Amino acid sequence: MSAQNAVLQLTGVCKRFKGVIAVNNVDLDLRAGEIHALLGENGAGKSTLIKVITGVYTPDGGRIEIDGAAICPKSTLDAQKHGISTVYQEVNLLPNLSVAHNLYLGREPRRFGCIQWKKLQRDARALLQRFSLDIDVNELLSSYSIAVQQLIAIARAVDCAAKVVILDEPTASLDSREVGLLFQILRTLRDQGTAILIVTHFLDQVYALTDRLTVMRNGEKVGTFVTAELPREALVSHMLGKELQAMEASRASQHTDSVDPAALQLRELSSSNGIRNINFSAQRGDAIGLAGLLGSGRSEVCAALFGLDSVTEGEIRLGEAPYKPRSPAQAIAQGFALCPEDRKTDGIVHPLSVRENMIIAHQAQRGWWRPLRRSEQNKLVADATQRLKIVCSDPEKPIGELSGGNQQKVILARWLMTHPQILILDEPTRGIDIGAHAEILQLIRKLCAEGMTLIVASSEIEELVAFSNKILVMRDKRLSTTIAGQDISENAVLAAIAEPD
Amino acid sequence: MTNLMQHRLFLPLLALALILLANLVLSPEFFHLEVKDGRVYGSLVDVLNRSAPCALLAIGMSLVIATGGIDLSVGAIVAITGAVCANLLNSSFDTLPLVILAALAVGLAAGMVNGSLVSIFGIQPIVATLVLMVAGRGIAQLINSGQIATFQNDTFASIGIGSLLGLPAPVVIAAVVFLLVQFAMRFTALGLFIEASGCNPRASHYLGLNVRVIKFLVYCVSGLCAAIAGMVITADIQGADANNAGLWLELDAILAVVLGGAALSGGRFSLPLTMIGVLIIQAMSTTIIMSGIEPKYNLIIKSLVILVVLLLQSPSFRQQLRGLSGARNSLGGKA
Repeated sequence: MSAQNAVLQLTGVCKRFKGVIAVNNVDLDLRAGEIHALLGENGAGKSTLIKVITGVYTPDGGRIEIDGAAICPKSTLDAQKHGISTVYQEVNLLPNLSVAHNLYLGREPRRFGCIQWKKLQRDARALLQRFSLDIDVNELLSSYSIAVQQLIAIARAVDCAAKVVILDEPTASLDSREVGLLFQILRTLRDQGTAILIVTHFLDQVYALTDRLTVMRNGEKVGTFVTAELPREALVSHMLGKELQAMEASRASQHTDSVDPAALQLRELSSSNGIRNINFSAQRGDAIGLAGLLGSGRSEVCAALFGLDSVTEGEIRLGEAPYKPRSPAQAIAQGFALCPEDRKTDGIVHPLSVRENMIIAHQAQRGWWRPLRRSEQNKLVADATQRLKIVCSDPEKPIGELSGGNQQKVILARWLMTHPQILILDEPTRGIDIGAHAEILQLIRKLCAEGMTLIVASSEIEELVAFSNKILVMRDKRLSTTIAGQDISENAVLAAIAEPD
Repeated sequence: MTNLMQHRLFLPLLALALILLANLVLSPEFFHLEVKDGRVYGSLVDVLNRSAPCALLAIGMSLVIATGGIDLSVGAIVAITGAVCANLLNSSFDTLPLVILAALAVGLAAGMVNGSLVSIFGIQPIVATLVLMVAGRGIAQLINSGQIATFQNDTFASIGIGSLLGLPAPVVIAAVVFLLVQFAMRFTALGLFIEASGCNPRASHYLGLNVRVIKFLVYCVSGLCAAIAGMVITADIQGADANNAGLWLELDAILAVVLGGAALSGGRFSLPLTMIGVLIIQAMSTTIIMSGIEPKYNLIIKSLVILVVLLLQSPSFRQQLRGLSGARNSLGGKA
């Protein structure tokens, strides 16, 4: 890979947080006039790398060069002076100022120390014209849609520093027409010689837009590839870290539903969180795997089932009865339980004790007026600790002091106490050690054998294949493929994830 | 020994003990109690009696703070309740049960206003309750027509100056409310639910807890407690002063909760510790008066003592202290 015309060159960049290596020895070259995608699953180190480039973090090692000269940006402003500007997923402009003022904030045209408002407005209008945006620049930023705000943020970034523009998931909040407009603008910029680094999870967009791409996994660079020369399957296996053998195109066979009404049935389900037309059914004792890349809608299906998002179209049936949860409380009353993806913010209640964290869902189900006696609580906690092999010296210590794997087991124990019929696990094995990982997989099999229905969303295809008897592959918030029974294999799932629209 | 020192009861109790000890040194008769006409008299009883209104407010405030909120309006609710009581007593509806019910209803209504602003409309608690803190005194002035409303009613006055079981009525009332709320919190799962929704509202929602209702309810309890405190204060002076009844008392109540070791960000709370906090504040005021220090130093001394207690409770301050002593030790080792 020649770095002749590299505008931005990273060599051996490292970043550690309290001993944890977030970015390890990453090289990257970004050329003038190219659109370069940065890909990887959650925790791959993409955002950390971007923050190192833009001066939010100071690297622990390695070199950052712009046009061959080493730089060490100390802040985003400093990075901007070197010609690097960034547009984040959330628009970080000031909603209470006018569009024009936002575009020139901090670099207003001045004469004798006074801002030249007329010139500022004229420049703003001219700038937005280049982006085919015809809007009133005197209106407040907040009066425009998020998509327009995003385009304004990009316009500002490009105008501030035209050398390198970094976009962190710019299309997350845009609809397809707006995405088209954005792509057109990015292509124009590329042709003008700007180097663009874009983070996205949408493979279709990667192939539609980018010239080259770099894949990261677990803080390390997997490789840089020319987009047109890299097959989709290879890209997905690079991202997920799975070797893809000879591709057997094992297409999904139609799952034949048994005559009994299914324990859980989704018909054309759409939710307020964007998932559309989801169809599947599950029997008692089924383990349903939800596969797909980040942002594909895995977690959104879980959220809709648990009453966190509202159902906008279609229906859910539990046996014969329709089910339309409006809150987690209603879902729990119908026998649902959810171990959420983000254990820290949605799962554990720190600094309450391990005991309290375990019994609280059961207690909430019983109601405040029927408290569990302390002796009952201690017994439940002791049983669960033994059953799930939770390592915890004292159930009275705050839950935050346990390791990730043990916290996850406490959350599992919490929900098992409510005796759910349908247990939803969203990324049950993320961030936990190998021992606990294996134990959780064992537990999933055991629960299914006992007749519980499990729905497990995971980015680890290997584990989904290990226990699921039906795998739903999600893409773009839709159910793309259902793989059932004998057809389930890692290759089949990888192929379904990589399959173009 | 270290275990004892780390217990969360340790510091508040130590502070209270030190203040009481200072009283013993300053005036030996501080602990002297005597029984007259079936009623106990003495400085200690006086401290308890003076603490009662703040204790009542602090009970409600503990719950509100546990959910991560704050209720600035309780002082103003005291004034409104006082005005309502005084005016009812001067009207033809002056039967005691009716007046008490009206006062409680007013407190509950005020609490419901705060609760809806916070839990339904999602306004920051400090701003939401600031509204009633300011408006409440205005409402009380309107009810009183701008005057200090006085009344002659011995039955109602006994709420503030009477005695029960040999103790001043306010002390008994505060004790009963404390026991009731403590029972409701610790012998049902309410306390756990309140703490959970303060510690992590998102996770609590995922657990099926109705965090909004919980938040709404704690403001209602706080309003009721403020109404009871309002009756005690009004009965004590047999009049309702819209401008001064319960003035700044909300700040004392917040301070008492914090002295009891609760975090303003929400989470764990302990009513017994809050009560110790209330006693620390009141015992200190009494000490300063009894020590003969000029009254103008009162506020400064009080705040200095409180600052010391709060610093000692702050984890980061403790760590810095430990760091200092550690540095000294290692220096000593080198020498």
